[in-house]
Amino acid sequence: MKYTEEHEWLLVEGDVVTVGITAHAAEQLGDVVFVDLPEVGTTVSKDDEIVVIESVKAASDILAPLDGEIVEINETIVDNPAMVNDDPEGEAWFFKIRTTDLKPMDDYMTEAEYKEFIG
Amino acid sequence: MTDLQTTPLFALHHRLGAKMVPFAGYDMPVQYPLGVLKEHLHTRAQAGLFDVSHMGQVTVSGDSWQSVATAFERLVPQDILGLADGRQRYAFFTTDTGGIADDLMVARRGEDLFVVVNAACKEADIAHMRDRLPGFTITEHADRALIALQGPAAESVLSAMDPAAAAMRFMDVATLRLGGVEVWASRSGYTGEDGYELSLPADRAEGLAEALLAHPAVEAIGLGARDSLRLEAGLCLYGHDIDVTTTPVSAALEWAIQKVRRHGGARAGGFPGDARILAELDHGAPMRRVGLQPTGRAPMREGVALFTDEAGGEAIGRITSGGFGPSVEGPVAMGHVPVELSQPGTALFGELRGKRLPVTVTSLPFVAARFKR
Repeated sequence: MKYTEEHEWLLVEGDVVTVGITAHAAEQLGDVVFVDLPEVGTTVSKDDEIVVIESVKAASDILAPLDGEIVEINETIVDNPAMVNDDPEGEAWFFKIRTTDLKPMDDYMTEAEYKEFIG
Repeated sequence: MTDLQTTPLFALHHRLGAKMVPFAGYDMPVQYPLGVLKEHLHTRAQAGLFDVSHMGQVTVSGDSWQSVATAFERLVPQDILGLADGRQRYAFFTTDTGGIADDLMVARRGEDLFVVVNAACKEADIAHMRDRLPGFTITEHADRALIALQGPAAESVLSAMDPAAAAMRFMDVATLRLGGVEVWASRSGYTGEDGYELSLPADRAEGLAEALLAHPAVEAIGLGARDSLRLEAGLCLYGHDIDVTTTPVSAALEWAIQKVRRHGGARAGGFPGDARILAELDHGAPMRRVGLQPTGRAPMREGVALFTDEAGGEAIGRITSGGFGPSVEGPVAMGHVPVELSQPGTALFGELRGKRLPVTVTSLPFVAARFKR
């Protein structure tokens, strides 16, 4: 598992990367009440804002961590946004992206580095 | 962020694990470990305890109630003289141009007027009262805390400590003895629920708060849930839904101006901005505060521009308060729109992240008030 400074977790399986937000991020956001996901088939570039998360407190977004194509989205968190608080690093993944370029993964943090990052 | 003031419950908030934020110059709890959503729902189901000690508590006194009330009517468009002893009323200071300088609660306690004003406005309000009420004594109770207990269980919790709490009706004020402390209580609040606001000496506040929190029905509630509760109840937040640029009529607060202060009333006018406010009471104002319900699930927050069409055209108004309503289980908002577009059912669009999404004008409140009248 790798982590971004935007508090996403990234799980690589071949050329498909599953993306969600960390437990730390979910706690900081507070109760999530709305999630807007990209459509399957969307081509995205690294750092595009592709997900909107609204909590009781504020709106925030998730950036595409890599170039690629959205191949799957987790509709269950759209129907039940509270799942993002209940199981952010498990059932409440956001989307899967098939990437053409895994190179940026090298720059993302390991779990130990992320733990240090969030202090 | 420096020089934030703290309330007498600051240590308790920390012990309870509150997340603190700066609000109106105070370090205040925005939420406790329960979280905004559950705190909101708990208040509607049982009872929530709110620290509102940041608000200003002021007594206006003079020779007699008659003189105090007569003088105070020069500052507000409300019927103050008609306030019976032990009764409270919602009021607002108006500006010379008919805007709202602050909204407040006024209560008659014997010969005195007890006033509770917003934290962000309290210095200006006190200066305004001292300036406009020469010869009267304006006492700020900086040595008193203010705790709100709101929700359907509030009555049983308080009446177990002092049975007189149950005898109070909505907007009554009385002195209660709670755990050996003399408390200035009012049966009111800002959540749409039945409840009380309790003013007591600062050094006794933590003891009372802990005694109330020891009750299984009571949870500590932060500013986050306070905001969603008042929004669902259709209540204005000063500085957002109302301010110096909104008039009482444009803010849909006509209900708070009694007949005796209107045209044809025995004490019509005589408050700042009276010409404009009285004219608008007769003929209406061009803009109006309304409830707005987004059709989708995305919350529309303060600042979202409103349009009549899905594309093109100028913004016709804006959202002044908005978010997710936990009891409504969906997004809720208030905003100001031209009066001709203020009828419930009017279809509008709110621009969110560059997209215009449908929103419907609705009557307020979103959640019916459950006051003990």
